[in-house]
Amino acid sequence: MTFQDHDKTIESIVEKDYEFGFKTDVETEKFPKGLNETVIRKLSAKKNEPDYMLEFRLKAFEHWKKMEEPHWATSVYPNLDYQDVHYFAAPKSLAEKPKSLDDIDPELRRTFEKLGIPLFEQKQLAGVAVDAVFDSVSVATTYKEKLKQHGVIFCSISEAIIDYPDLVKEYLGSVVPFTDNFFACLNSAVFTDGSFVYVPKGVSCPMELSTYFRINEENTGQFERTLIICEDKATVSYLEGCTAPKFDSNQLHAAVVELVALEDAEIKYSTVQNWYPGDKKTGQGGIYNFVTKRGKCLGDRSKISWTQIETGSAITWKYPSCVLIGESSVGEFYSVALTNHFQQADTGTKMIHIGKNTKSTIISKGISAGTSNNTYRGLVQMNKSAKNARNYTQCDSMLIGDACIANTIPTILIKNKTAVCEHEASTSKVGEDQLFYLMSRGISLDDALAAIVSGFCKNVFEKLPDEFALEANQLLSVQLEHSVG
Amino acid sequence: MLEINDLYVKCADEDLDILKGFSLTLEKGKVHAIMGPNGSGKSTLSKVIAGDENYEITSGNIRFNGEDISDYDATKRSLLGLFLAFQYPVEIPGVNNAEFLRMAYNSRQKHNGLPEADPLAFQDILLKKTNELNIPEEFLDRDLNSGFSGGEKKRNEILQLAVLEPSVAILDETDSGLDIDALKQVSEAINQLKNENNSFLIITHYQRILNYIEPDVVHIMMDGKIVESGPKELAIELDQKGYDHLVKLKS
Ligand SMILES: Nc1ncnc2c1ncn2[C@@H]1O[C@H](COP(=O)(O)OP(=O)(O)O)[C@@H](O)[C@H]1O
Ligand SMILES: [Mg+2]
Repeated sequence: MTFQDHDKTIESIVEKDYEFGFKTDVETEKFPKGLNETVIRKLSAKKNEPDYMLEFRLKAFEHWKKMEEPHWATSVYPNLDYQDVHYFAAPKSLAEKPKSLDDIDPELRRTFEKLGIPLFEQKQLAGVAVDAVFDSVSVATTYKEKLKQHGVIFCSISEAIIDYPDLVKEYLGSVVPFTDNFFACLNSAVFTDGSFVYVPKGVSCPMELSTYFRINEENTGQFERTLIICEDKATVSYLEGCTAPKFDSNQLHAAVVELVALEDAEIKYSTVQNWYPGDKKTGQGGIYNFVTKRGKCLGDRSKISWTQIETGSAITWKYPSCVLIGESSVGEFYSVALTNHFQQADTGTKMIHIGKNTKSTIISKGISAGTSNNTYRGLVQMNKSAKNARNYTQCDSMLIGDACIANTIPTILIKNKTAVCEHEASTSKVGEDQLFYLMSRGISLDDALAAIVSGFCKNVFEKLPDEFALEANQLLSVQLEHSVG
Repeated sequence: MLEINDLYVKCADEDLDILKGFSLTLEKGKVHAIMGPNGSGKSTLSKVIAGDENYEITSGNIRFNGEDISDYDATKRSLLGLFLAFQYPVEIPGVNNAEFLRMAYNSRQKHNGLPEADPLAFQDILLKKTNELNIPEEFLDRDLNSGFSGGEKKRNEILQLAVLEPSVAILDETDSGLDIDALKQVSEAINQLKNENNSFLIITHYQRILNYIEPDVVHIMMDGKIVESGPKELAIELDQKGYDHLVKLKS
């Protein structure tokens, strides 16, 4: 490289294509575009839902009509047209849920295989049970029977609504009420599918549970709903992954995830988010990822831990949170958010301390490249009742190039004198001297950058289940390839 | 081996020349020393040779085994067999030292069409090197230079040198900041690595290290170029009389 290229070097941009951008050709049943009460009734009927669910949806819809789309985040986007979206899309072959994995349309099976999620029993990921969701419906859930032997229920939320109405009635909306925010409210009215997990008292779930979300149809919103309940002394580790084809239009993804941990229960929720981020040269298209994730530590000594690796989406609006009610309960948030090109991310967490001796830890690593905008937004709140509550927050941002933006917006509210918050923050630029040092040892520019970034994220990657740590690392390197040089 | 011809170099964002007509020929199997006062351009020279793009070559060139490498990036120069032990090695948090060394080693193996080492096989290679160099094994488990003392960083540079076995090694003030025992160990290591097929360019401020590593030629550098060259006795003379004396002599 000659010296004249120097100015361009740091700013030049990733050329690697989004690897999951293909579309599966299947015959699809879609609702016409538009949202009104009739659509919701039709949706509920389509899913053979009991009345309680229809009422839940309609109440949410009535409320939503009075709400306004939020624009307080740093991300900039036009008001969305909610009448220009299909609220249900499903392959025709799934009109009836396949009785066994062998009955699944081969085209769908191939799609998930291409995404690295084999559904065939022989090829299934060892030690990981998968619920595969394609557009608005769950295609299959693996290892269901094996889990049942341990008393663990792992199925699509649609099945749970019919088969376990008491659990659903008690917990759905108990962590994220439909009144919570605009997108959660919309989700409550129109959610299509998602996963349901119930781990009974004293059971440690014997394998990793995982849901894989795939958006396939254009102009179709994906509104999934996940509910995880861990009874006393129960534990579970759950992982969520997602991809979407490349379309020029923006796709809305508005999910709600609710976690409930009772006494001594422990829930570990990990996300590897790789939705299509939009065109890297024009910024056109990509997923709008507007997600509400919250966990309630209801029982004493319960623990909820969020780990997220966010690399995709055009816009991310997401604050996985913990409400620490039980005494000595623990909330954790470990996050790596990487933005490149035209991506905008406004993400962080909320830790609400209510019980005595509650503890929370926040470790956030933001990496911005290209002309992207990456904001950490966090709230740590210590209520009067939260005697001796503790929080430790560490927010680090890394900038690659000169054209990106990183913000850190932490809010700390302490309402009692015995609570302690510790906050550390840093911003660094990927040092040319660090790159030069590694390159002078014969390491290529891309590998040098990947090593520096992965070193920066190390204490978050360590929190991922082993099976996924490597994958997360590779995802980052791919997203960053040719970011400098 | 390494040939630098009438090199003029300026800092990328400034107009001032730092190297002003620097020339040097380093032959195979030889050890050359460069001595010079602070600010004379020694570190700039070594970084320019290694391919630091913060500096611009305005005229002259650098040849390595006859090939003009002035336009090559740092990776390519390293793969060809160049090595720079930095005066101030940078810290890279989160990157494990042993894994970094394996990455660098394998990159070179691959370039040379040789098999890459898996973590276990490489562990053996590393332990052999740390033993030979008297470097504590715990160096390997730490993050690259991160939290290392000045002396530890210098020794870690020597470990990298030993693992990569370059044909031309530039040592930029590797001796400063080392106590006498560490200096002896580092010098011994260099003497072990030295053979008839490789060359060393030892940049130093003090004559001290040259008591342990005998140079074939000593150059005195001032204001961006070599002002005098001679046998190793020149270093002793310089040490006794100081740079000031030499400056006066020249002007
Ligand atoms: N990146 C840089 N930016 C500005 N000035 C520089 C830079 N690098 C070196 N210099 C200047 O060039 C001169 C030589 O520096 P250096 O090569 O470090 O000398 P030495 O290693 O001999 O002490 C000094 O005056 C120094 O300030
Ligand atoms: Mg120097």
